[in-house]
Amino acid sequence: MSDTFDLGKMIFGRLSLEAIPYHDPIIVATFAMVAIGGVALLVAITRAKLWGYLWTEWFTSIDHKRIGVMYMILGIVMMLRGFADAIMMRIQQAIAFGDSMGYLPPDHYDQIFTAHGVIMIFFVAMPFVVGIMNYIVPLQIGARDVAFPFLNNFSFWMTASGAILVMMSLFVGEFAKSGWLAYPPLTGILQSPGVGVDYYIWALQIAGVGTLLSGVNFVVTIVKMRAPGMSMMKMPVFTWTALCTNVLIVAAFPVLTAVLAMLSMDRYLDTNFFTNDLGGNAMMYVNLIWIWGHPEVYILILPLFGVFSEIVATYSGKRLFGYSSMVYATVVITILSYLVWLHHFFTMGSGATVNSFFGITTMIISIPTGAKVFNWLFTMYRGRIKFDVPMLWTVGFMVTFVIGGMTGVLLAVPSADFVLHNSLFLIAHFHNVIIGGVVFGVFAAIAYWYPKVTGYKLDPFWGKMTFWFWIIGFYLAFMPLYVLGLMGVTRRMSHFDDPSLQIWFQIALVGAVLIGIGIICFLLQFYFSYRKRDQLRDETGDPWDGRTLEWSTTSPPPQYNFAFTPRVHDNDAWWQMKANGVKRPQDGFLPIHMPKNTAAGVVIAGISTVLGFTLIWHMWLPAALSLVALILATIVHTFNYDRDYHIPADEVARIETQASEVKA
Amino acid sequence: MSHPTATAATKNGDLEFFVRGDHHAPNGTLLGFWLYLMSDCLIFAALFATYGVLSQSFAGGPTGADLFDLPLVAINTAFLLLSSITYGFALLQMQQNKLQGTLLWLALTGLLGTAFLSVELYEFYHLIHQGAGPQRSAFLTAFFALVGTHGLHVTIGVIWLVTLLLQLSKHGLTLTNRRRVFCLSMFWHFLDVIWIGVFTFVYLMGSMS
Repeated sequence: MSDTFDLGKMIFGRLSLEAIPYHDPIIVATFAMVAIGGVALLVAITRAKLWGYLWTEWFTSIDHKRIGVMYMILGIVMMLRGFADAIMMRIQQAIAFGDSMGYLPPDHYDQIFTAHGVIMIFFVAMPFVVGIMNYIVPLQIGARDVAFPFLNNFSFWMTASGAILVMMSLFVGEFAKSGWLAYPPLTGILQSPGVGVDYYIWALQIAGVGTLLSGVNFVVTIVKMRAPGMSMMKMPVFTWTALCTNVLIVAAFPVLTAVLAMLSMDRYLDTNFFTNDLGGNAMMYVNLIWIWGHPEVYILILPLFGVFSEIVATYSGKRLFGYSSMVYATVVITILSYLVWLHHFFTMGSGATVNSFFGITTMIISIPTGAKVFNWLFTMYRGRIKFDVPMLWTVGFMVTFVIGGMTGVLLAVPSADFVLHNSLFLIAHFHNVIIGGVVFGVFAAIAYWYPKVTGYKLDPFWGKMTFWFWIIGFYLAFMPLYVLGLMGVTRRMSHFDDPSLQIWFQIALVGAVLIGIGIICFLLQFYFSYRKRDQLRDETGDPWDGRTLEWSTTSPPPQYNFAFTPRVHDNDAWWQMKANGVKRPQDGFLPIHMPKNTAAGVVIAGISTVLGFTLIWHMWLPAALSLVALILATIVHTFNYDRDYHIPADEVARIETQASEVKA
Repeated sequence: MSHPTATAATKNGDLEFFVRGDHHAPNGTLLGFWLYLMSDCLIFAALFATYGVLSQSFAGGPTGADLFDLPLVAINTAFLLLSSITYGFALLQMQQNKLQGTLLWLALTGLLGTAFLSVELYEFYHLIHQGAGPQRSAFLTAFFALVGTHGLHVTIGVIWLVTLLLQLSKHGLTLTNRRRVFCLSMFWHFLDVIWIGVFTFVYLMGSMS
């Protein structure tokens, strides 16, 4: 520290023109593409005069359906970024053998694998999962919104704020080079003095606030706002899995917040939590981050188990087999997911007893998971199965996920793990469960509920193309990694010496290219379905002959979801209504009490982004100002007591009559 | 809410599939806030666990027995415990619809909270001044993080309390404001419980080592 007070340093911190990586042609080209695309999008929105519409109807909306759609769009956009990272790694590993160093310097390669992991988990999988829960859960339980509609909007913008920070790191400064969990002492200030780790920390801290609040929100929504008659054991399975996931969020994310805060204290205040000297203990970090990290993978997969349960019952035309065993399996997985974290670092020397305990608990998880697989199979057994696109994903999931699960049990044997840890076998394993489970599940959910959201189905041709390119691409891309892992190849390498390995990496690259085509088909599907929307239109609100309450309202549902709150007597509430020939009431509408839109979420999350950015760059003066602004904005928001309004009864009547006329 | 009548049938015995009257789900704010507190509790759990691991890592520096001034911490504990009692009195006044009394007891609570914070800041200043800052050893890192995080929470509690005083004097004891007073009450008592843990595990047990 200098003795004189340096105002420039207080304002700009470490930020200077040097921070812009203009000497790297890959980044400059990417920036040019993003900039051109971004400007084109902004111009298009301005020309179509859509800003006002986007602001009032979407950005400030507290409607859970709109927020759900925004989460999905965020997930899709970030998936493109995460996939770009993936294909860059695959190309590098396919060519960087012997004398060829490939096209990526190690320094850049390390940022890419870190960014790929962080983005895919936090800004692709999480927005997808939270987005699906946002849209579907209130509809499935017959509610008009979530318990805290404003917090829901705020949560979304905090997640988006984290995503913005990660994207900024590409063009201003650098990202972490440490792998997606940022273990110290590598991420300590001595070994990583740059801004990369700080981007990582603040992006996750800000997005983490959003995730935690949406966890609280959904637990309260599901516990308090179910339609009359829907006891816990009459909840749709997707809602059950959503409940368990959100309990896990509330119970796991605070640990992430705490451990990242400790890491940032080490980096910003020279403290000694995880340092090598003065008594610090880096193992503490690894333990704490996995106490969050293992439940996190169940946070991701559980809701998709729910999605598959809904789909398998709907397309088999049967009630789900073993509803209560499904619920108990979900709850058991929820609890067990807390008792296995140490299997991520068997090799760190906890001793045979501790390793055995965690090895055994890990293997036990396969029992409830296996029960679920059998329940899905028995639901299909002697059902009238319709192989629509969601069902294709479901069958693809069952095959793929079981393979991934079995390699997981292999890794759970500590002695085997000593050979396989940190190898490409592990990489193959978790991509096998995350792609085969989470990604397939998300695509299945999108195909299944798309007509509910838009009023027309997705074009099945492009859906099938997406499915086949993805599943073939997946096997080609990841099965070679199992082989390489068994041969002892470790992860995160940007160059290899042994030429006999190259063929496997080349096969994996072909797989990645096929997945890329799958992603293009997925995007084209939206375009072609929109063009053919009149042919694909569904006016019933129930295109698949569904079983749960979301299908009982119109597609898309009115802002208030249900003009009359449904009464529930059965697990498959809508199925029972149809069996009883129930029609939606056409008269006697009452005014509906709804929350008002608010800009507070956008504003507070926007200030948080600025605060994060200024802290990353040590811009102390702007950081202090934005912290004060953040507190003031929050306080000002609490002075707003005028938060709700009533939709008049004749307005409800008008919307409902219109919906019935369309149907007729 | 009408769960008991959920299986209500119409007169001719058919099942009823819609709520024809006005339907309001119960307010979930208190449950939601309680869940938030439990998540906050886990942040403290992580900090306590870290302190547990690092509490003997003195790195040749001072130990708790060398540093802690128990009488001072005892006074501080008294401030905080007393502030929970005064918050309770504020709630009793609110139950009797007495706005002035509520404001008075809440203000007193805020003063006690500020007194607690002042003593804590004095203690921190004193420690740093004698070379026992958070950078000195892992033990002190964990100590400052745990006690400091609690102090940060009390600070937020005081800011919230001041905001609430303004809102109460502006709008009175409305339903929304009552709910807010209850939420802050849970927050305040929660910080008390955490402090009892800090006092026992950090200060008392630290002084004995």
